Amino acid sequence: MTEPTATSAPTAPGAQAPPPQERVALAMIRTLAGVAIVSGLLIVVVFQLTEPTIRANRARALMEAVYQVVPGAETVRTFALGADGVMAPVESEGGGDRYYAGFNKDGALTGVAIAAQGQGFQDLIKVLYGYDPARETIVGMKVLDSKETPGLGDKIGKDPDFLADVSDLDVRLVEGGEGLLHPIEVRKGGKRAERWQIDAITGATISSKAVGKLLGESAARRLPELRRNLAVIRKEP
Amino acid sequence: MRAIHGSESKPLFELDTFLEGLWKENPVFVQLLGMCPVLAVSNSVQNAFSMGFATLFVLVMSNMVVSLVRKWVPNQVRIATFIVIIATFVTVAEYILQAISLEIYNNLGAYMPLIVVNCTILGRAEAFASKNPVLPSLVSGLGTGLGFIIAIGAMGIVREILGAGTFLGVPLFGPDFEPWIVMILPGGGFFVLGGLLLLISFAQERGVSLKWFGARTQQTGERP
Repeated sequence: MTEPTATSAPTAPGAQAPPPQERVALAMIRTLAGVAIVSGLLIVVVFQLTEPTIRANRARALMEAVYQVVPGAETVRTFALGADGVMAPVESEGGGDRYYAGFNKDGALTGVAIAAQGQGFQDLIKVLYGYDPARETIVGMKVLDSKETPGLGDKIGKDPDFLADVSDLDVRLVEGGEGLLHPIEVRKGGKRAERWQIDAITGATISSKAVGKLLGESAARRLPELRRNLAVIRKEP
Repeated sequence: MRAIHGSESKPLFELDTFLEGLWKENPVFVQLLGMCPVLAVSNSVQNAFSMGFATLFVLVMSNMVVSLVRKWVPNQVRIATFIVIIATFVTVAEYILQAISLEIYNNLGAYMPLIVVNCTILGRAEAFASKNPVLPSLVSGLGTGLGFIIAIGAMGIVREILGAGTFLGVPLFGPDFEPWIVMILPGGGFFVLGGLLLLISFAQERGVSLKWFGARTQQTGERP
């Protein structure tokens, strides 16, 4: 460590040293505080300037995904369960369980998009899936975020056969009950026989099963909630 | 670490300083600094160039500011001060990138904030900007940043073409092309980096070190 040149004048160490040392300490504190304040200000300014654009980007990305998984949607309204257990329209941004209801030109409900996530092969897989209440079927799915192995696990978002299976997936609920009538099955090396089955992607069995599991869990938890509130959503637009 | 170019020669636009960062002392190929983002996000052309430009921005801005405040920073806290300055510009770059494209921001993931600890940047601040006036510091940052872009971009191009059969997402080969998936996995990063380093040291051994690029800065044998 080299001493700053300004303080090197007094040669006697020890007793008489305090003044220069204090000066150095002061200079250090002044520098760090000054830099920190200016940095903080700069970050705040940039944050304020970019925040509206970033929010708009987020909302647009989400809405694009909603339009993709809810066929025929022209407008989208966002709903969430209120404290009283009844669904109400809310802002599209924000945490909590949201339902993105898509309506066609005539204002009829065409489907509801729901976000779900679950543990994949590497990390959490986040998806958005579209649910058609009239047919009680999952009609589309888009992977929002995943770190699955490129070329293998990431086929869950690209493989046409897999996406076709997921886009016609029977998620009928038990009559008056909470769970799914037929749990979603992901099968290896077969041809799907029933509409609640998904054929696993070769080389991506774990990721395929993860998608099946997260869809099944989300559907079992969210769809009964949605079913109780369908009337509220239907008359909204 | 490196000789500081004194005031005895004042070439136009500090050409030597610029070329040194760009090629002769290329942060990736010669100094082997900043390997973490180079290996991690060079798996596609778009990611590689986004990371390159973000690093260039941070490098140039922090170099300028470090050079501006260099006379007021006590020696004992200089590293802390430099890191705060760098972290500030990384945060700024993060917000700007999010405003430009969320998709790229998500692809870069954790490596965007990790630019703070890219030693290319702290190295420039400590070894150059803290000892030189603003203009040379800016030029040095530009040269080094562009050198970084060349390096990470070269890796991104090779890895995307071989690993996905595409360039910027456009398929290059027919549907029969079977991508070398290993190339976009972490292992492929090491393969490509090793291959490029081999190529460059071979070229330098053979004396084809782009002499026309700046014959004046030739210093064969006298490197520390």
